[in-house]
Order: sequence, then C-alpha cells, then structure tokens
Amino acid sequence: MENNETIMTRIRQSLQRHPNGQASQAVAQPAPQLPMVQTLDLDIAPNDPLTAYLVSVAGVVEVERLNLDSPALKRLKENEVKLIVPLVSQGELIGLLNLGSRRSEQDYSTDDHRLLNTLATQAAPALRVAQLVQQQQVEARQRERIEQELRVARVIQETLLPKEVPSLPGWRMAAYWQPARAVSGDFYDFIVFPDGKLGIVEADVTDKGVPAALVMATSRTILRTVAEQYVFPGQVLEQANNLLCPTMPPNMFVTCLYALLDPASGLVRYANAGHTIPYQRTPGGMLELRARGMPLGLMPEMDYEEKETTLALGDNVVIYSDGMVEAHNPQGEMFGFKHLREMLNIPGCGDELIQCLLADLKDFTGPGWEQEDDVTFVTLERLLPSSVPYTLDVGEARDEGWETIAEFSIPSQLGNETQAMEEVAACVQSLGLSETRMERLKTAVAEATMNGMEHGNHYQPDKPVLIVVDVSASQLRIEVTDYGGGKELPEAETPDLEAKLEGLQSPRGWGLFLIKNLVDEMRVHTDAVHHTLEIIFYLNGDQL
Amino acid sequence: MNQPFHASVRHQPDWATIDLHGEINVTADQQLQAAYTEAESQSPSTIVLNFSDVSYINSTGIALIVGLMARARKAHRRLAVYGLSDHYVEIFQITRLSDFMQIYSDEASAVSQ
Repeated sequence: MENNETIMTRIRQSLQRHPNGQASQAVAQPAPQLPMVQTLDLDIAPNDPLTAYLVSVAGVVEVERLNLDSPALKRLKENEVKLIVPLVSQGELIGLLNLGSRRSEQDYSTDDHRLLNTLATQAAPALRVAQLVQQQQVEARQRERIEQELRVARVIQETLLPKEVPSLPGWRMAAYWQPARAVSGDFYDFIVFPDGKLGIVEADVTDKGVPAALVMATSRTILRTVAEQYVFPGQVLEQANNLLCPTMPPNMFVTCLYALLDPASGLVRYANAGHTIPYQRTPGGMLELRARGMPLGLMPEMDYEEKETTLALGDNVVIYSDGMVEAHNPQGEMFGFKHLREMLNIPGCGDELIQCLLADLKDFTGPGWEQEDDVTFVTLERLLPSSVPYTLDVGEARDEGWETIAEFSIPSQLGNETQAMEEVAACVQSLGLSETRMERLKTAVAEATMNGMEHGNHYQPDKPVLIVVDVSASQLRIEVTDYGGGKELPEAETPDLEAKLEGLQSPRGWGLFLIKNLVDEMRVHTDAVHHTLEIIFYLNGDQL
Repeated sequence: MNQPFHASVRHQPDWATIDLHGEINVTADQQLQAAYTEAESQSPSTIVLNFSDVSYINSTGIALIVGLMARARKAHRRLAVYGLSDHYVEIFQITRLSDFMQIYSDEASAVSQ
C-alpha cells in the first residue's frame, strides 16, 4: 500500500503528552529522504470539543465530515489533514496520527481505515509506555537533583552544629545528632562565654525534613545572638521567643532547652521551652530538671521559669530530643520515658552512654527500622578528680607528720584577704615565729587568698577560698584553695618595674612574685576543679 | 575590721606631703589619685608620701603606688616616702620600688635632700 510509509513515519513522530494534560502533537523534524512527511505543531486545549469527540469515537475520523466549533479542527483543515487517527489509551487522548491526501489523490479505502484503526489500537499503548518511560526519566532526574540538593543542605546544616564538643577541664561532654531524613529540625549548640561559663542549647523544630531545617537555621542564629546578650536562661528563651514569633510559619514551633553551666562550681541554671525534661543522675537517684515554658514561636511575651541545679562530682545530665522516647517497635509500642530513665541508670557517660542508648534503641525497634524522628543527645558529666588535693576532715593528720591546726573558708569578697591573714596569724601565734617572719607570713597568706578570690573564684561570693593550716615538727604549711582548677598556671614572673613605670606593662601582677619572695617554699597544685597554693615556712627559719 | 582609706594633702613651699591613712588596696584608688592631683596642683618639686598611719598594703596597693611613681616620673617630680614599717620597707625592696623612690624614716629627712 503506497501510504504505509507515510503512516509509519508519522507514527515515529514524537507524540508527547503535555504535563498540563493537553494532548499535543509535537512533531519531530522530518527526515530529508521523506519529503511527504509534514510537521504540524498542534496543541489541542482540554476544553476543545474535538478532544471529547476523539475520545468518544476511538477510530479513524474524516476531517471533512466533522463540523465542530473547534480551533484545533480549524487548524487541521487549514493544513489539509484528511484523516485523523486518535491514539487513546485508558480513555485518555494521548496523541493524533494525521494524514494528508493520498499520493494518488484517491480517497482512503475501507482497508486503509481498518489498517489505521489496527495500527492506532497497537500504537496507543506503546506510545503511552514510551511517554511514561520518558516521564519517569524526567522525574528521576528531578529526584536526583533534589537528592543532590539535600546532600548539600545536610552538609550546610552540619556546619551549623558545633564542630566539636567543648573541652572543659573537669568535665566530659558528648553530643549526638541523627536526622530522620537528610536534614533535621533538631539541633544543639554550645556557646562559650568569656567568663568561662558555657551555654548549652538543645532544640527541636516541629516536623522534620526541609521545612524544619529552614526554621532550625533561623532559630539557631536567634538563640545564639540572644544568649550573647542576656545572661539568665529564662530571659534568653523569652527574648528568643519574641524574636521567633513574627517569622514562625503557621503550625510550627520550636521546643528548646537552654542551660548555663558554670564549670567551676557545677551550677547549672536552665529554662525549658516545652522541650523534653533532662535527667540528672546523682548518687541519690535520678532528678528531673523541670522548668515551665511554652515552645518558642507560638505566642509572644511568654515567661520562662528558670531553675538551677548543681552537679556534684560524678553527676551527669542527659538532654535529649523526643526522637528516641517516641520511637516505636514493630508491635507499635513506644520506647518511652520510663525505659530511657532505666537506661540512664547504667554506669557510663558521654559517648559511651550515647552508644549504649543507641544500641538499646536498635534492639527495641528491631532491624529495618525507619527512623521516625530526629534523634539528638547532649550529655555532660562532672568528672571525679583523679586526685583530690586534700580532704576536709578536721584534725586528721593528712600526711606523715602533719597535723591540721586550722581550717576555714573565706567568702570571695573584696578585702576579705585581711580576714584570712588575721585568722592564720591568730592560729600560728603559739609557734614562735619572729615578728619579721610573722609579717611575711601574713602578707603571703593575704596575697594567696586575694589571688584565689580574684583569679580562681572571680569574686563570686558563693565560691569561698578554703584555707588549711598544718604543722609538722619543722614546718608550717598553709594551703589556700580556690575553684580555678583545670587551667594552665602562670609562672610567678619577676615583674618589670621599668616597663610598668613606662606604662608598657600593667602596674599590677605583684601577688605571686611577692609570695615567692616572702616564704621558704611555694608550690602550686591543680586538679580539674581546684587550684591550691601551698606555702611553707620553716619553723626554725629564724636560725637559718 | 578593714580600715577605710583616706588621704590628706599638706602643701609646703617646696614640697607637698600626702598623709595616707588606713589600708591601701583597690578601694583606695580614686582617693589616692585625687590626693596626688591635689598635691601636684602647686607644682612642687617633691611629693612626699607619709605611710605612718597605713596598716596594710596589698599587691593592688603596690600597683597604685607604681601608678603614682609613673605620674611623678612623667612630670620629673621627685617622690619620697617615710613612715613605712620594716615589713613594708622589705616589700618595697623586694618589688624594687625603693630603687625609684627614696625611703626615709621621717618627713624632715625626706625633704632635706
């Protein structure tokens, strides 16, 4: 049949489905050796009556016989299309085969019609499959692009988390962050303040994935900024809430715990904006660190209750998001707070504890668990010192030959060093030191106490300087202890008076230098928490 | 218990004497500076510090005295002290303040140089 070539060529033309549902005929450029093939770009609007007609007839249509108020039909006629063969798949018009006049200029025969109908019946599903494959390829490319973007987003989000946990002498911190999807609404943050205190943030934005991650980025910035402006955790959350409220998308909010740790004393002040309640493990049992407060971003002008707790040596605190406690096992049971509390009773802390918790979660949820929500932990533990500089048992001989004759504490307040000086002087009265040596001792004790109050305790009244006076057969020992442990100790350098007079060096910095020059021996000890200055006077020093 | 610091100034034709009282610590700063300013108001060639009634000087007090020494040095003014107890003479020696500021036993010898 002379027209078969034309028909087959037209089948090869790419008939595409428009994404908006329009059946379209996007025709490829005709091959040069097939001059009879003409291209016709025709978009048939879904509301064009021709569409409905072609779906209903499902067979070859003679254009001349059609009389519809159809822009598409008008164009077909203008382009001298004689026959149209609708390609219908599952009741949807997915393309048209358009035929012009036969070369012989005779009408199409009944056989031609039959052949074309058969062809349409077979071509339509094949074309549909081709269209679907093409659509899937497009979608796969889009998915790949989105996945790539999410991978980048994850990397960016990771840069918003602390690169490492702070390393504070006497403390062990650990953190864990595992998004349920590529990106997360959970986050944690550590803010180190110039006075040595540490701000700890853990927050959870409602939902997960990209929307939560976007809100996370804003929340983190706001919390960081506010924490640097305000000291008290309650105030920090109040201000962060006021700043977040106007920009928070509907139906979203942020739960947040903010704690301020004073590493020297172990005091933790905290406020909680609807976040899960942290646990403090103490020898006496598990404490719940509760504080009232609404999640951030719901309502402005909210108050946040502020509480405090002190971590004794060996205590630890676990801050966690709800991702773990709300995880389900295949039976639909929730991991739960009780289970978590039981787990926290096991010994261990830091990364060790976190790994233990994760292993337990894995056991609970079983293999193949699809993580339901973001999981985040922050733990802090106040380490037991490996060496405690002294015990506080009054009167006990703490070293061979040493006997404690006095032990007292001095609140860190300006001018209190004279109190320490007079108390030590009073209790060594009977030791028979010469007046000169007594004066030296007094100044040394005063300077050591002042050093402790200022540099060790930063004049915080709740941190006293502890003074222990010991005697042995030949020596007097005074130990002055403050909370300035865990730091490099500056050497007692010789102050350069010329430089001081020229204004090239601070006029201060005489304390340790004086002590060193007034006493027979001076030693310093430091542990994770304490710093002790030990002063030795030889009792027979006057005869030396 | 702590003796609050105060200072008063006596002007003489050739010198000014600052009589210091109480404890010289960080709280003495403002009064000490004010007294020194008052002492140099009539441009004396010598300023004498009288420590006879000073019960305690801590390292911050030493720093304040170093500050006065720096002011005197800048203005090419002589600084002399008297009335220090033996212990504080020792402290002034340890800190080498005595290298820059002569120490006398009384006011008459401090100003007769």
